[in-house]
Amino acid sequence: MNFIRKNLDKIKKPFEKGGKLEKFYPAFDAFETFLFVPNHTTIKGSHIRDAVDLKRTMVTVIIALMPALFYGIYNTGYQYFIQSGLEFTFLDAMLHGAYKIFPMIVVSYVVGLSIEFGFAVYRGHPVNEGYLVTGLLIPMIMPVDMPLWMLAVSVIFAVLIAKEAFGGTGMNILNPALTARAFAFFAYPTYMSGDKVWVSEASNIDGISGETILGSLAAGQNIDYSSIQMFWGSIPGSVAETSTLFVLIGAAILLFTGIASWRIMLSSLIGASLVGLLFNFWGANELMSFEWYNHLIVGGFAFGIVFMATDPVSAAQTKRGKWIYGFLVGVFCILIRVFNPAYPEGVMLAILLMNVFAPTIDHYVIQSNINKRKKRWVKLKIQTV
Amino acid sequence: MSKDISIKNGAKLDLIGLASKEIEFAKDSTTHAIYPDDFFNLKPRMILKEGDKVKVGSPIFHDKNDERIVIVSPVSGYIKSIDRGEKRKILKVLIYREGDDKTNHQIIENKKLTKANIISLLLESGSWPFIKQRPYNIIARPDKLPKAIFVSTHTTAPYDIDYDFILGERLEDFQKGVSIMSKIIEKPVTLTVTANRQSIFSQIKNLDIINVKGKHPSGNLSFQINRINPINVGECVWVINPEDIANIGSFFKTGNFDSTRTVGVSGETVKNPKYYKAQIGSKISSMISKNDVNNFESNRYINGDPLTGTKVDFDGYLGYYNNIFSVIQEGDKYRMFGWLPFKDNHIPSFSRTSFSWLFPKNKKVNTNLNGDERALVITGEMEKFFPMDIYPMQLLKACIIEDIEKMELLGIYEIIPEDFGLIDYSNTSKIEAQEIIKNAIQLMLKEVG
Repeated sequence: MNFIRKNLDKIKKPFEKGGKLEKFYPAFDAFETFLFVPNHTTIKGSHIRDAVDLKRTMVTVIIALMPALFYGIYNTGYQYFIQSGLEFTFLDAMLHGAYKIFPMIVVSYVVGLSIEFGFAVYRGHPVNEGYLVTGLLIPMIMPVDMPLWMLAVSVIFAVLIAKEAFGGTGMNILNPALTARAFAFFAYPTYMSGDKVWVSEASNIDGISGETILGSLAAGQNIDYSSIQMFWGSIPGSVAETSTLFVLIGAAILLFTGIASWRIMLSSLIGASLVGLLFNFWGANELMSFEWYNHLIVGGFAFGIVFMATDPVSAAQTKRGKWIYGFLVGVFCILIRVFNPAYPEGVMLAILLMNVFAPTIDHYVIQSNINKRKKRWVKLKIQTV
Repeated sequence: MSKDISIKNGAKLDLIGLASKEIEFAKDSTTHAIYPDDFFNLKPRMILKEGDKVKVGSPIFHDKNDERIVIVSPVSGYIKSIDRGEKRKILKVLIYREGDDKTNHQIIENKKLTKANIISLLLESGSWPFIKQRPYNIIARPDKLPKAIFVSTHTTAPYDIDYDFILGERLEDFQKGVSIMSKIIEKPVTLTVTANRQSIFSQIKNLDIINVKGKHPSGNLSFQINRINPINVGECVWVINPEDIANIGSFFKTGNFDSTRTVGVSGETVKNPKYYKAQIGSKISSMISKNDVNNFESNRYINGDPLTGTKVDFDGYLGYYNNIFSVIQEGDKYRMFGWLPFKDNHIPSFSRTSFSWLFPKNKKVNTNLNGDERALVITGEMEKFFPMDIYPMQLLKACIIEDIEKMELLGIYEIIPEDFGLIDYSNTSKIEAQEIIKNAIQLMLKEVG
């Protein structure tokens, strides 16, 4: 440790104030603080500080994503071998999945972090850790066969337009990862929907029917999958969103560490269940009579409400706001699924829509707090008059 | 009958090295100092110059905005030096201690004391700066009477002291102070005590006693006032530190300014943490010497508690108001991969990304920032440590953009920087909340007054 520290101190010199590479200090700082929590001591305010920081928080989210990611890697291989009728072992499936998914993760991180570093150097602020999570989320919610250049373009769009244009980490209105997906969804629809994109290599092999469950339902076809399969996640879909079970493991980590808001998760669940139930009673078509509990375990709903809707920056920020925001995410998700067959998966659009409305929800919640205070003042004025 | 309030939200931060209940007289300090920065928003104008003789209670400087507010010398002797910084700002007035001359004030008989008498005596004697005014926590303005006077003996900050212990022998002074102050507002002074605990103050007359239950920051008066008698636009209340009530009482008994300051000296590296009876502006070395602390060089010395105090050199002096003196180890060391969750659990953390809650006895703290400042990302965490009907993060944001109207509406009148101490400590983005609020209040004072 001392050896690394000593060498780092040597390398650090030109990056410090007055050094030749002073401008690139944020980039150096990002690497240095990755290895070591800095020796910075408090100058203003409280003299002692909690051990938690943004890096620790973001890394915890990444840990929570791991179960879903590993299952996603396995499922990619599993779907490929099953659909092409080949014999395979667990290792084969993992290897095939890794072969498909690792390049996506690498592209997402390299492209996204390059932009982040660029902006940090240009603006002279430290590199924020937010992209560590975004960069992993993006490949996890894309179809596996998406060309890497499309992924790169989506990442560029998300980081530049959804994030940096608004002022960087902490300032964005929309969840950057979902913005990347929405961009790809509307820019390259043929690669983002249909029955040939959800299973690895499906477009090259005849006879594969790799439609997602929601896609089949929207097209009025029958479903061959059981609820257990939907919950376990051995179904076609975006890379890592299929398994409700593994998403729930991640949710448990997020809830235990207190990083994600349980209010949002719970209220989304309530919202979606209620609307799902309502449609079950109505039951006018195949989609409406799709059992409400299946709605919760199919598609990206679980992944969306656990990892996306709870993004603290783009979600509502007040306690009461979080309840309303989450509830409406759930409601709109099922509404879009049922009423809009062009968008079989509603969770992405539901969350993005509520991202846009989150500041409005907060505004009214805060306004009610302000009004309470104002009322007290008015009462006082009447008394004194 | 006493009233009870329970303040939810907050956290207890027990640190190793709390002063034990043992009191010792500090050595006589050869020099004393007054730091004008201890008086928020006061612009000092010197009355005396270097070399001038002073008695206990001689005015040294007054406030440029209100010449009636004077800061007096806590000891007798002469002005040794006036240290100035940039733009000739006065940093410190140093007084060399010699003899024991006192400025004696004629005290009118108790029954004849009127409101106006009391106020002018407090002003003349230099006891006035003991009274602070909310909103803003500035020295009270003599022309504006408060709707209530608050005194809190319910203490919750880390290393906080026990007023029952230090005022046990000064109950008479305390009673006198309470009676005098209640004369000004013509109603009882509001005193808060820790709930479910026998308090020596229950025998004091002219008091409205309120039992408070809660973790830190429920000991901060802002949160108590908000629950008991909230401050509205245009209103003000006064707050006084319990020991200063006794000092005011003592002045009205003897006619001499009383500068007693009992200080709890706490810290993990302090060999024998305990209380010291000193005076305002005493030299720190009159209480503890270099041999009384371990790792002398690598400690930080703080006037006040670790969350809200002011850093001071070991050669420095006690602050004007604080009853706490803390010693914390400097944390200027690197920690490899310290950002990994569940690593370094010896550092106390309120976050569940650390197992520190499993080791409640391990409370070793140092001054490391444990990260670096980042944009505000995590929401809902500040509310956990802010037991008031105020949205702390939204208020902070309004303060950052200097939107005065929004600051007013979001409740700036009800809070002071110290209330954000625990938010400073706990927030993930390492935002300097106290500093932001302090600047905002300064702006309010400038723009609204």
